Parts: sequence; C-alpha cells; structure tokens
Amino acid sequence: MIKLEHVSKSYDRVLGVNDVSLEISEGEIFGLVGPDGAGKTTLIRMIAGILSPTAGEMRVLGATNPETIKQYLGYVPQKFSLYGELTVQENIFLLGSLYGQGKEEIEERANQILDFTKLLPFKERLADHLSGGMKQKLALAAGLMHRPKIFLLDEPTTGVDPVSRREFWQMLYRLNKEGTTIIVSTPYMDEAELCSRVAFMHNGKMADCNSPQSLRQNYPYRVLELSAKGLNIKRYLAIPSVMECNKFGDKYHVIVKDGAALEEVKLILEAAGLMIEALKEIPPTLEDVFVALASEVF
Amino acid sequence: MYAVELMNLTRKFGGFTAVNDVTLKIKAGSIYGFLGPNGSGKSTTIRMLCGLLEPTSGRGSVLGFDIAKDSEMIKQKIGYMSQKFSLYDDLTVIENLQFYGGMYSLSGSLGKVRIEEMLNLAGLKDRQDELVANLSGGWKQRLALGCSILHKPAILFLDEPTGGVDPKSRRMFWDIIYDLALQGTTVMVTTHFMDEAEHCDEIGFIFEGNLIASSSPAYLKQTIPGTLIRIPTDDPMGLLETLEGSTLPYLDIYCSGTGLHLLMETEKLAHITDFHYEKITPALEDVFVYLVKSHRKE
Repeated sequence: MIKLEHVSKSYDRVLGVNDVSLEISEGEIFGLVGPDGAGKTTLIRMIAGILSPTAGEMRVLGATNPETIKQYLGYVPQKFSLYGELTVQENIFLLGSLYGQGKEEIEERANQILDFTKLLPFKERLADHLSGGMKQKLALAAGLMHRPKIFLLDEPTTGVDPVSRREFWQMLYRLNKEGTTIIVSTPYMDEAELCSRVAFMHNGKMADCNSPQSLRQNYPYRVLELSAKGLNIKRYLAIPSVMECNKFGDKYHVIVKDGAALEEVKLILEAAGLMIEALKEIPPTLEDVFVALASEVF
Repeated sequence: MYAVELMNLTRKFGGFTAVNDVTLKIKAGSIYGFLGPNGSGKSTTIRMLCGLLEPTSGRGSVLGFDIAKDSEMIKQKIGYMSQKFSLYDDLTVIENLQFYGGMYSLSGSLGKVRIEEMLNLAGLKDRQDELVANLSGGWKQRLALGCSILHKPAILFLDEPTGGVDPKSRRMFWDIIYDLALQGTTVMVTTHFMDEAEHCDEIGFIFEGNLIASSSPAYLKQTIPGTLIRIPTDDPMGLLETLEGSTLPYLDIYCSGTGLHLLMETEKLAHITDFHYEKITPALEDVFVYLVKSHRKE
C-alpha cells in the first residue's frame, strides 16, 4: 500500500530523513516512535504528499504523484490546525466542502463522525473552548470527513489526559477494523504496544522496525523487576553482571545478561541492608527495548 | 517550612477561568510533580509562581515572598526551565554557560567554579567547545538545566523538561533532579509521563483548572476503591471491546500496555472465570484514569 525505497529528505545540509526503506501494508496500525528531531514528522509529511523526498522512490497506493491520490489520504498534524472561532460543526462542514462534497453528503457524514467521536453534544461549541482531548477528537473528525483509506496522525495524544488518550485509541482501533490503514507517531510506549508494527526513528534513520512482539522477543538481555526501599539503589549494582539499572515508575528494571544474576543482585542488596519488597524476572517491555536502542545509537 | 504556599489562587482570562481556587503547599527540599493535560492550567500556575503573571484572586508565596507584591525578588531567587530550551545554537556549550552566568551577575572565580560544576553535572566537560547546534536533545536538555541553576536557586521550576527526549536521556535527567533535591533544592516539575512522577514526594493533579488531588503517590494509590487487576493479552483492544459488551460487573476497564486493567469491587472478583488475571498495585496512570473519570461525572 505504501512503499519507500531509500527515501531521504534534506533541508539545506541537514538530513531530516536519511535513507529509509519501508513497506506498509493495507490494514496496519503503523507506529512511529523516537525523540524530537528524529524525522517522524518529516516521514509522515512525505507520505501525506505535503513534502517531496529529495532522494529515493516512494509509492503511495501505487502512485508516485501524490496529487493523484490526495482524496484517499487523511492527515492530522501535530498542531491543532482548525479554526478556533468556528464551532465544531462549522469546522467539519468547512472541511467537507473543501473536499467538494455536496451539502447532504456533508451533513450525513458529519453526523456520523461527530457521533463516532462523541462530539455530537458539543457541535455548537467554539473550537477554542474545547479541552485539549476534545480538540484532538475534532482534528480526528475533520480528517475523516472524506473517508480516507490511509490516515496519518502526528502525535495526536501528546499532552492529552489519560482517559481521552485511551478513548482516542479506541477510535483508531475501530477505524482500523473498518479497513482504514493508520500511521501514527507517539511518545507513549503503551500506545506503541497497540500497533501492528513500530518503527524506532533516530537522527533521520530507522533504527529498528518490527511488531511489538518481535521487538520484545529480539531483546538480547533479561529484565529483573525490583521493588526496594532506599535512594540511589543504582550505586550498589555497579557489578559486571548488571548492565544497567533503570527506573520504571516506582520500580527498577535491572538489566542483566543472564537470569542467574538474580541471586547475586539479591545478595548484594541484602548485604547493603536494603529492604527488597520484590525481585523477579519479567518479560521486557517496549520501553526496555527502546532504552536499549537509545543506548546503542546515541 | 514550605517553599511554596498557595491559598485559593485563581486566574481568569476574560470569561475563562484557567486556574480555579488552587490551594497547595510544597515542602522545602521536596520534589513536587505537577501533572495534568495540556490546557488544564499547569503553565498558568507556574507563571504566577514565577512572578510573571498576576493572580486574579487568592494569594501565594514562594520562598516567603508574596507572588503579587514581591515578584521582582522572586525572579532573582528561582530557577526556571521550559521545554523550549532557551539555548543559543550558534554559541558553544561553555559560551552558553558564560552568557547565563553574566545574566545572573556571576563574576570572577565564583562564576568559573559554577560553570565548571555545571559542565560536570551535564556530563559535557569533554564537549565544552562544541556548538550547541551539534548536540542531540538529551544533551541540550541537561545543558539548559545547568544554565537555569548556575545561580544556585533555592527552588527550581521545570515545565515539561522531558518532552520529546529519548527514554535513556529522560532517566539521566531525573537522576540529576533527585541529586538536586538531596542537596536541598525544592523542585516543581510538570510532565506528561506518569511513570516519571512515581518518585516525586508529592503529586498535584490539575484538570480543567481545578486541583483534583495533591498528595503523596502512595496515598493517592490508596484512594482507588476496590481491587485493580490485570489481564495479560496480545490483543488488549480486541479483548476490551469483547468485555465492554459482556455482563462482567467491573467499575472500570481500559487498556494498559500489553494487558487490560479492570477495577472491580473486591467481592465480585469471583465473576472472572474465563481469564487468568493478577491483582496489581495501581500505578499513577491508574490513579489519574480514576480521578479524571470521577471528575467528569461530577
């Protein structure tokens, strides 16, 4: 459905995207993660046909000229780009008419979408007066007016409250089940878990790309989850068998090469007089995978 | 001894109440995590605390100075860093530090000593003559922090310091924050990442202008009623849709990484017969899902 071969985009002397090859199939939820400046937005804009690659080949829905397939693409940019002084409904109608839809078609589709995004009760509200989560839902609704086959979203849930964030993903999931291919960037690893495949971007390059399951399976180390009272636990674990000790919420992930290091870690912490509340091996999370990738490439 | 005391602090912009009747105290030398979605009033509150914006009503003090009357004194005593690091790309690392040293009137040997300390803190001693433009996000972030604490402020305000930074750098940054707090600096920090807030001494959660919780993470976790359980699954979204349509008597249900979280009345746990599940301690993310939903119902 989407095919990139050695695609690059340079700005002056800086490479925004550097030699990325990638295929995205119909029906995927394709996730993009990586720090700011890694090239996620540039990649999304190239697929959306807003930016042209400076090198490489790109085909979207079989076309090399993005103008010919524009009506099949939906794009929700990172910054809210709708009109604050228009109501929810006016924004949606405006978008519909820009895509050349007729009045009846617009009204029918708008009602469907506002219902789907739970914005129907707020249709008379000015966009400026919506909460952050609702603004994002309106941006999503606007992007869906013309029933796109491919839907591109650039960090749609950054800064959105944890409940709206989940509602938003439930909508993406339903759209996907109805046949829409979705490409989405996110800073949240729990959202990356919900993608069919995840690409980790760094410095314009794709450092890794795979399903969340495979990314976790390919993780080369073992993870020990530690709950313990005491500050600065790291310093006790500066031993050869421990590669790293990372904070994960109120716990620590102790990264080891060999599961047998568990006993050693336990003895050291006990000898230091620390209260161990729990220590067990757990499967790696995507966050573990990306901490490791970040250590390799930075 | 409190570094920050706010009493019924309110800020309106025209007919819009950005911050509504906020009362809170922050102990000197503690880390206060200030959480909430975009547009909920976090930055408005911090700007009032820094003496940059006058409250509409209510009062507050920072380091004993009144935020309305003594704003000039406050500005000299605090450190402030925002997500948009104010660094000069065309200056070197050490030139940026020297520039900020000049702004804070740090001269002679004291200035040199502090700049040296900040180079070590940021881990940039070996790169002091490099242009800032060549640093990646994580390094810039640590340099920006160094610049904002050159004058040894007693209190440091960090407004989303870790947005858009890779997961490895995020953790290195927090290690520095803990060290500063151990040395006695009071830190007020906002973040979108709930896992980062787990180690704060106290957390405030602001939603639509209202402070809906302010307490220690451990206390907040106890406020969730019933029992939280996790059902591990490869398809959290699919299972969510299935269970939402079932008769299972849950209080709440939502996705969390590679599993579903269900909040259940403890005596109804026996209703779950078809799934393997584990009882879990709520994370802060669970707390805020609960708080946001309770707040919406009101």
